[in-house]
Amino acid sequence: MNTSVFAPWDDPGEKPLIQFRNVTKRFGEFTAIDNLSLDIFEKEFFALLGPSGCGKTTMMRMLAGFETPTEGQIMLAGQDIDPIPPNKRAVNMMFQSYALFPHLSVWENIAFGLRRDSMPKHDLEERVEAMLRLTRLEQFARRKPHQISGGQRQRVALARSLAKAPKLLLLDEPLGALDKKLRQDTQFELMDIQEKTGTTFVIVTHDQEEAMTVASRVAVMDQGQLMQVATPDRIYETPNSVYVADFIGDVNIIRGRARQNGGDGYHIDWAEGQEALTAASDNGFDTGQSCHLAIRPEKVAITAERPSDAANAVQGKVHDIAYLGNLSTYYVELPNGIIIKAQTANTRRISRRSYTWEDPVWLSWTATAGVLLAN
Amino acid sequence: MNRLSWFNAVSLTLGFAFLYIPMIILIVYSFNESKLVTVWAGFSTKWYGELIRNEAFLNAAWVTLKVAVFSSTLATILGTMAAYVLVRGGRFLGRTLFSGMIYAPLVMPEVITGLALLLLFIGIGLDRGVLTIVLAHTTFSMCYVSVVVSSRLVTFDRSLEEAALDLGCSPAESFRLVTLPIIAPAVISGWLLAFTLSLDDLVIASFTSGPSATTLPIKIFSAVRLGVSPEINALSTIMIAIVTMGVITASLVTKRAMVRQKQEEQAAVRA
Ligand SMILES: Nc1ncnc2c1ncn2[C@@H]1O[C@H](COP(=O)(O)OP(=O)(O)OP(=O)(O)O)[C@@H](O)[C@H]1O
Ligand SMILES: [Mg+2]
Repeated sequence: MNTSVFAPWDDPGEKPLIQFRNVTKRFGEFTAIDNLSLDIFEKEFFALLGPSGCGKTTMMRMLAGFETPTEGQIMLAGQDIDPIPPNKRAVNMMFQSYALFPHLSVWENIAFGLRRDSMPKHDLEERVEAMLRLTRLEQFARRKPHQISGGQRQRVALARSLAKAPKLLLLDEPLGALDKKLRQDTQFELMDIQEKTGTTFVIVTHDQEEAMTVASRVAVMDQGQLMQVATPDRIYETPNSVYVADFIGDVNIIRGRARQNGGDGYHIDWAEGQEALTAASDNGFDTGQSCHLAIRPEKVAITAERPSDAANAVQGKVHDIAYLGNLSTYYVELPNGIIIKAQTANTRRISRRSYTWEDPVWLSWTATAGVLLAN
Repeated sequence: MNRLSWFNAVSLTLGFAFLYIPMIILIVYSFNESKLVTVWAGFSTKWYGELIRNEAFLNAAWVTLKVAVFSSTLATILGTMAAYVLVRGGRFLGRTLFSGMIYAPLVMPEVITGLALLLLFIGIGLDRGVLTIVLAHTTFSMCYVSVVVSSRLVTFDRSLEEAALDLGCSPAESFRLVTLPIIAPAVISGWLLAFTLSLDDLVIASFTSGPSATTLPIKIFSAVRLGVSPEINALSTIMIAIVTMGVITASLVTKRAMVRQKQEEQAAVRA
């Protein structure tokens, strides 16, 4: 293990490889990217996450040179990249639509970029073979793109963009069409390549688990804006808004009003006739300010009896159970109709489950389990 | 198989008879022994022999072929370039005007085009000959090429060119290595279209040809005015044979290429 943690974003002396400076991109009247500033550092594995149409591909296309910012600047290694045409940028992109050349074989598709660099024949062949091995496409090398499956095509696109070993690699949903096993393998391959070559990756994904696995940092976007940029664990544990908390993973959101309780502790009045909840938060709240308590289901314990020492405990009855194999999620309905999810590991066989539909149960969590959010 | 109803059978026969009887008569009489076109005097191929010895016809055929090859090639290059700019050039000043104007020659009466070209050639003092016919044919067939090619370019997946740029191609290389091979069937059909148009043309050629160069259609037309000779029947039969073969090969080639390409493209673009 390396002793120093890789965190150039925390080092004020570190120069970012990519810098978005107040970038706005409009298509006619429509604002696709809205005054966005972002630093991405060398050797990062940076993941862009967000709902469809939030501008992820547009960010990629601006980096690759197919769109120019309407306002603002994009700097690559300290240089404004605006005047540099796409073919002169040390950036390769894997297209969301793959954009494989239909008239060329898989082999020629992968070799295409290398030929432009007039690489010696022997090295070129070796490089293409290596890429084919990496993406497990050896037996399809002679086929045309229309003669292979969707997942295989995706791998050709990936291999083609990796082949040139660029300084910056943009992957627009590179693994979406692969089955889980192959996806995991490829994720590790990518991380491996990244470690070996020091390439900076920017990857778009709809799969948050993937973002969590591979990324050094994750950016959650919405409508052309960055909602939060942080390491995967911080995004998960300390989201800065209900939007981010809701977007990444499963979460319970309880609305209420904050009441200061000394130090960083707060009481939250959340329902008539219910005991106030307690939570700790570094963010300041005024008494009476409306707030949202976000708690991950796996941090909510479910018991038959009221636990004696829990900071928060509420009673309800089991409304529904979702069995996920290794985990079960219990949907517990509180007397006021709110449903709270609690997740437990299935350490026993399902037939010996402790609770079933309509059982009265207690839910409990600690004061630091949840995150208190203003909006 | 459904049997044709008597009504359909009759319509089909009438329709085809209407289309092909004149040509069949022409072909049959080209093998006529007699010099009189309307009197059948037994089978012979002597008019074909006569034809080969007729220098004037051979010269005209040679001119026609040269004109067709040069003008269709030139028209294909220019027409493809025009189509590319109009479809891909993004928005530039006067784009709509240009794309409207490129179709105008399609509907312009040929006599007018011919006259205009004649005035131009006289105006700039260009002697009428092979060159002027080539220029004239290029002018009017290039818009056909550009229509064919631009209809193909409209459905062309733009991200393929972007991918080529991304992998280090200059715009010219990306055109040569990616765009052109993919739109090749349309470019070839455009060329064939321009070629046949040039082969056929009588009106524009008669305005722009000079004494030094006469094309086959002009030759035939003027010969027929002096009376139809079986030699012309023979010549026409040969032309029908060539055109038929050309059309059949062209349609087979383009059809195969189009089908293959469609498959490739549907497969390459994720559904
Ligand atoms: N060339 C364009 N002209 C007009 N609008 C565009 C253009 N390109 C993108 N947009 C719009 O910009 C917004 C962002 O598009 P973008 O492709 O970046 O989304 P995305 O985040 O990649 O979505 P997805 O996850 O579905 O791929 C969308 O609303 C889209 O309609
Ligand atoms: Mg996208």
